[in-house]
Amino acid sequence: MSTDQNFETGLQGSSNKVAEFDNHDASFLKRFQHALHVTPSLVPLIVLLISLIIFGVLLGSKFFSPFALTLILQQVAIVGIVGAAQSVVILTAGIDLSVGAIMVLSSVVMGQFTFRYGLPPELAVACGLACGAICGFINGWLIAVMKLPPFIVTLGMWQIILATNFLYSANETIRSQDIANQAPLLQLFGEKIKVGGAVFTYGVIFLVLLVLMLAYVLRHTAWGRHVYAVGDDPEAAELSGVNVKRILISVYMLAGVICAFAGWALIGRIGSVSPTSGQLANIESITAVVIGGISLFGGRGSIMGMFFGALIVGVFTLGLRLLGADAQWTFLLIGALIIGAVAVDQWIRKVSV
Amino acid sequence: MEPILKGRGLVKRYGRVTALDHCDFDLYPGEILAVIGDNGAGKSSLIKAVSGAVIPDEGDVYLDGKKVNFHSPIDARNEGIETVYQTLAMSPALSIADNMFMGRELRKPGFRGKFLRQLDRPKMEKIARDKLSELGLMTIQNINQAVETLSGGQRQGVAVARAAAFGSKVIILDEPTAALGVKESRRVLELIQDVKSRGIPIILISHNMPHVFEVADRIHIHRLGKRLCVIKPDEYTMSDAVAFMTGAKEPPTEKNAA
Repeated sequence: MSTDQNFETGLQGSSNKVAEFDNHDASFLKRFQHALHVTPSLVPLIVLLISLIIFGVLLGSKFFSPFALTLILQQVAIVGIVGAAQSVVILTAGIDLSVGAIMVLSSVVMGQFTFRYGLPPELAVACGLACGAICGFINGWLIAVMKLPPFIVTLGMWQIILATNFLYSANETIRSQDIANQAPLLQLFGEKIKVGGAVFTYGVIFLVLLVLMLAYVLRHTAWGRHVYAVGDDPEAAELSGVNVKRILISVYMLAGVICAFAGWALIGRIGSVSPTSGQLANIESITAVVIGGISLFGGRGSIMGMFFGALIVGVFTLGLRLLGADAQWTFLLIGALIIGAVAVDQWIRKVSV
Repeated sequence: MEPILKGRGLVKRYGRVTALDHCDFDLYPGEILAVIGDNGAGKSSLIKAVSGAVIPDEGDVYLDGKKVNFHSPIDARNEGIETVYQTLAMSPALSIADNMFMGRELRKPGFRGKFLRQLDRPKMEKIARDKLSELGLMTIQNINQAVETLSGGQRQGVAVARAAAFGSKVIILDEPTAALGVKESRRVLELIQDVKSRGIPIILISHNMPHVFEVADRIHIHRLGKRLCVIKPDEYTMSDAVAFMTGAKEPPTEKNAA
């Protein structure tokens, strides 16, 4: 070998320590951005705290009472549960426009199976949950196996499920008193626990437990890591040993089952079974997810962020109503928040400022 | 001697483009086989066909003399064939440890692993750190940093470390040193020798002739979708090899192929 081929001799005695640097030059902004990059749910948490403080100052004890604060929780329970389903789907870089429809159809199945066929309410609830799982499976199968875009599949399923819901129920509402008399189990999530002035419905408790459970599953199990990997780069995930089809189908099925639970909670919230309820759940759940800092491009964000995002919407809604503002102001501010959230998402995506 | 991994009459077409044209392939136990060829000669398609990433239109793949039908890279991995792809196949937002253990995560012992299915993060992080140190990737400061924060060479190093840690029958490296620095390239070559000394055969795809001639036992020259010839590096020069693969020179008769 000629001398210029011996450049590798320079490697002798090279350092074998793990590199370390001191970060003394990191400005506050950089450190802040880094913290946000590592924990994306900090952004909605900060927005939530600031909006709580602002409304607290403006409204005083009218807003800062246990009753008002827990009322917010009750009002976001349904959106939060559906938002949890939406979060898992959006983490895989998908979207589920049929969440609201699955929720309503499942609640109708629970109601009609009890009252039309006389099934015991336990069995009817199980059928409703199975209905959600089946709808989710159809979504997942079309997306994972037929390789159709999630937006198109769930747009179509939204119409199909909603139409099925109206055809099957004959647009008939089951009255609240009938349910209370004959099948109180259907209203389970409307049950209340009172602690001082604070009021917690079972629906709220279910939402909190669901969010904690999903946070654990997504962070600490292989399945959860695979959900993120599929959202990040499905081809890379496939090559590195993830069964992408199975993950996608299981994600949409899980979303379907969670939506069915939301349907059950919906009966508890409004008392009756109504095929026309919950029409805004799609948009509201996507709003909570986006404000919560979960990237619509998949693979980034956390379920806690979605929870904070749903709470932010709840705080704005109740706070502005207590201030006597026109309801349109709520929508205007939430619109601004959505755009702001995505702008922040783009900023924290950058590894460095 | 029976090849450990064998391909016969492999054909792969992408629409009207033929990537593999009745291609044969042999990898013998304990050897380092380099695969060289021009861009577009079909090297990557060949490797994908034997590692399950693409399903060939015709032809058979044999592992240990038994015919295998890989439908996905997971099938090949379960048989002990580990591949480092040119694209590296990593999830940028996940950590180094998460990426190394993707699809074969370790769970905590006892109740928390069995019923809560909790991952054993400390153990996975420790193994990941050890594997990176073996490869000399000392510039990685934090094993929990997201892969997207690594440089291109560091990413390649992590991918090579992953394959070396888990491959039990065959390790396939598609351009493993393309983005690496001098020191890291040297480490990868040492690692290749080290894996060979453990008795695991390696397929190395590279454009780097000095690297190929240094480590390979045999060199498979690929041209226009098929095996042109197989040469031994001590019988030919680098310029001969380049002349064969570009068609400037007639190949020798296939005495080393079998």
